[in-house]
Amino acid sequence: MQRQKVLVLYLANSALDSPVVAWAVYDGTGETRPMAGDQDEPPYATGVAALKAGWRLFQAAQILPHNRGQEFELSYLKYEFFFEQLVEMDA
Amino acid sequence: MRDLPLLSAEQMASFVARGFLRFDGVVPNEINQQFMGAIGEIAPAIPGQKLRRTYGEILARADIPQVAAGTPLSGTYPQGSAIERLLNLPLVAGAIRSLVGEAPVFDHHFLHVTFPPAYHEGGESVSQHTHQDSTIDPRQAFDLQIMYYPHKVTRPMGGTRFVPGTHLRKVSEVALGRYQNIRGQQHMVCEAGTLLFLHSGIWHGGGVNLSDETRTMFKVRINPSKTQVRQFDLETLKPQTEQRPIFYLKGPLPPSVEQTLMTPEPWFEQDTGRLEFVNRIQLWRYLTDDPTYDADYWMTRLENSPSMA
Repeated sequence: MQRQKVLVLYLANSALDSPVVAWAVYDGTGETRPMAGDQDEPPYATGVAALKAGWRLFQAAQILPHNRGQEFELSYLKYEFFFEQLVEMDA
Repeated sequence: MRDLPLLSAEQMASFVARGFLRFDGVVPNEINQQFMGAIGEIAPAIPGQKLRRTYGEILARADIPQVAAGTPLSGTYPQGSAIERLLNLPLVAGAIRSLVGEAPVFDHHFLHVTFPPAYHEGGESVSQHTHQDSTIDPRQAFDLQIMYYPHKVTRPMGGTRFVPGTHLRKVSEVALGRYQNIRGQQHMVCEAGTLLFLHSGIWHGGGVNLSDETRTMFKVRINPSKTQVRQFDLETLKPQTEQRPIFYLKGPLPPSVEQTLMTPEPWFEQDTGRLEFVNRIQLWRYLTDDPTYDADYWMTRLENSPSMA
C-alpha cells in the first residue's frame, strides 16, 4: 500500500533552481501533521535541492502574460511547484 | 487633538512598506488586568463539551459590548472600560489618527481565544490557515486592525502569525491557505500590553496553542470616515529634492523614507518584488497627497511618455 506525501514550493522566479520563498507539506501517511506556521526556515534552499532529496516534480505553475491595465496588481504567489514522494506502508 | 503624538514620516513609511507597526508593552498593566477581569475566568476543559459551546459561553459572559458595525469609534466603548481607556492612550489615539484620520468608525471587534490541546477532545489542535481578513479589497484606502495582547504570549502558546509586506496583495480571504509557511513570517510572542497595528490587507493567522494556558487576543477593526491623507506628523516629512542614485552605489545610502520603502521582504519574488515597490510608492503618494513622489525612479521611468512630435 502506498501513500503520497506532497511538498509545495514557491520559488523566487520560474527557474527550478531559484530560492524557496514559501512552502507547504501535506503528509498522506498520517505520520506527521504539518500546519501553517510550523517552520520558519524552508526545508530546501531551492526546487532543485528538493529533486536531489528524492522529491518528484509533478506540476509547475505556468508563466502567464499580464493583462493590460492590471500589470501592477499582485495577488497569489506565482512560482508554485508541486512535488511528491510515494511512501510504502503496511496494509 | 493638536497634542497627540502622531506617527512620524519614518513610522508611516514603515507601515506603508511592511503593513504593520508593533508597540511592545505599551498598555499599562492596570488596563490589562481590567480587560482580563472583564473576560472573566475561562473554565477548565470539560470532557465531552464541544469547544464551540465553551467559546460561546465566554463571549456571552464577557463584559465587552455587542456593537453595531458603523458606530463612531468614540461612542463604541463605555467610558472607563478597559478598551475605551486603551483607545485613549496618547500613543494609541495618535496612531489611530495618523492611520485612519479624524472621526474613525468602528467596524467590528472580536475576542480571539485559542485553547490548549486539552480543550480539543475529539478534534484537532491546529493553527489557523493564513488569510487576509474580510474579502477582496481593491481600494487604495485601508482599514486599521488593532490587535491587543492583554497578557504575555510565549512561543508554545502560538501567537498571531503574520507576514510583513503582504498587505498590498489583492487576494480572496483564505484562498491562500495553501501556503503554510512564508519566509519572514513573524509570530506575536510578546509581553502583556503589546499592540499590533495592522493594515487590513496583511496576511495572518492564529498559531496553534501547544501550551497548557489559554491565549487571548482582542481585535478591533476601524474604518476611516474622512480622509487618511496627511494625517501623520508632517513636520517629520522631508521634502524630496532629487532622486537617489540607484544600482551603482559605492556604499550604503543613509536612512530615509525611500530606504524604508525600497527594502524588500525575504519572501519577495524577484520580479514581483519590484511591483511591490511600485505599489508602495502609490500608497505613499496617496497618504502624502503627492502625485509626483517617486522612490528609486520606478514611477518616473514608467510615467515617462515622450511626445511623438
